[in-house]
Amino acid sequence: MSEILDRARAQVLAAGVGLDEEGVLALLRLPDEDLPELLQLAHEVRMRWCGPEVEVEGIVSLKTGGCPEDCHFCSQSGLFTSPVRAVWLDIPSLVEAAKQTAATGATEFCIVAAVRGPDQRLMAQLREGVAAIKAAVDIQVAASLGMLTAEQVGELVEMGVHRYNHNLETCRSFFPNVVTTHSWEERWGTLKMVRDSGMEVCCGGILGLGETVEQRAEFAVQLAELDPHEVPLNFLNPRPGTPLGDRAVVDGKDALRAIAAFRLAMPRTILRYAGGREITLGDLGTRDGLLGGINAVIVGNYLTTLGRPATADLELLAELKMPVKALSATL
Amino acid sequence: MTAVVASGERVDPTGGAGGVWCDRCGAAAAEGEHAACRAARVLEPPRYCPDCRRRMTVQVVPTGWTATCVEHGVRHS
Repeated sequence: MSEILDRARAQVLAAGVGLDEEGVLALLRLPDEDLPELLQLAHEVRMRWCGPEVEVEGIVSLKTGGCPEDCHFCSQSGLFTSPVRAVWLDIPSLVEAAKQTAATGATEFCIVAAVRGPDQRLMAQLREGVAAIKAAVDIQVAASLGMLTAEQVGELVEMGVHRYNHNLETCRSFFPNVVTTHSWEERWGTLKMVRDSGMEVCCGGILGLGETVEQRAEFAVQLAELDPHEVPLNFLNPRPGTPLGDRAVVDGKDALRAIAAFRLAMPRTILRYAGGREITLGDLGTRDGLLGGINAVIVGNYLTTLGRPATADLELLAELKMPVKALSATL
Repeated sequence: MTAVVASGERVDPTGGAGGVWCDRCGAAAAEGEHAACRAARVLEPPRYCPDCRRRMTVQVVPTGWTATCVEHGVRHS
């Protein structure tokens, strides 16, 4: 067994203390022959500190496209020649999407808007939508609306939004290569306000943006410092018309190494499969990740792309004897 | 080739087969190779109207999608 796996077993599995940047980097550099052992350890850590339940979530785009920011991976930026056009989802369709999500057994429904930050119109639409969902559907409502003011954080709390997603996307040192219209520190500021408000913090990112292995390790420990309730882990799905549209997808083994390493950096967080897993890992890799540190999934479609059928993921969870977390367990 | 998408329906991701234009890239369906478009459409909704190549407004929801062309109307999963 490698020295870093010995150390991780003693420090993370036994004591529940996440690895530092050096430790995470050592995991990311493990050879392929050590990958099964790394995944097994990450699974044991997840089971010890999180339990067997898997949190299931659906997401929907309330406002698609036309974003003024230049996140180089995103097809919704209005600054690129992406084919994605701006469109708003009406409230009845939003409620129907929440109902369909709840029908899968999901406990989380995240409403997302492609904006720098919400304006009054978006906040009003969200307020109406959250109220309509809460009146009709038994599900927790989360939101992802970009950067917030302190007043907007308070409004979300008052609406009953229980978790706020705002991804750092990548590590601090690489962020300027991915986004130039706002800073990593501005995102961090929103996250601190969300945390201070009592809302749960959901913060993750995308692997495969061109960051180095060292920067992946840097990202993992920066997330650990934030200590988010949930970390959604995306893998780049290169979108036509974006600056990263021609990038190769992450190698499947590197993706699994990253899943396990992020778990060993954050033993207690909800580590969620998000976008890009279908093209990066496929069906077999999806299974390996669930047995290698992942304990949450987004089911069904994403914001502008399609995912595996919810039934495929639910059947896999049943086969793996991983119960879907019940709503009562989240309240 | 057919594939199952999250809507649970089986779709024919042929990138505009039967139409004049590829519904993924917007180029002429009869010109060039659209194998990559066909493969990608398994996990993407259409973006271009196959009848007129206008960009459509597309709403993706957890269980499906709706694509609207101002000239040719609504398509859905």
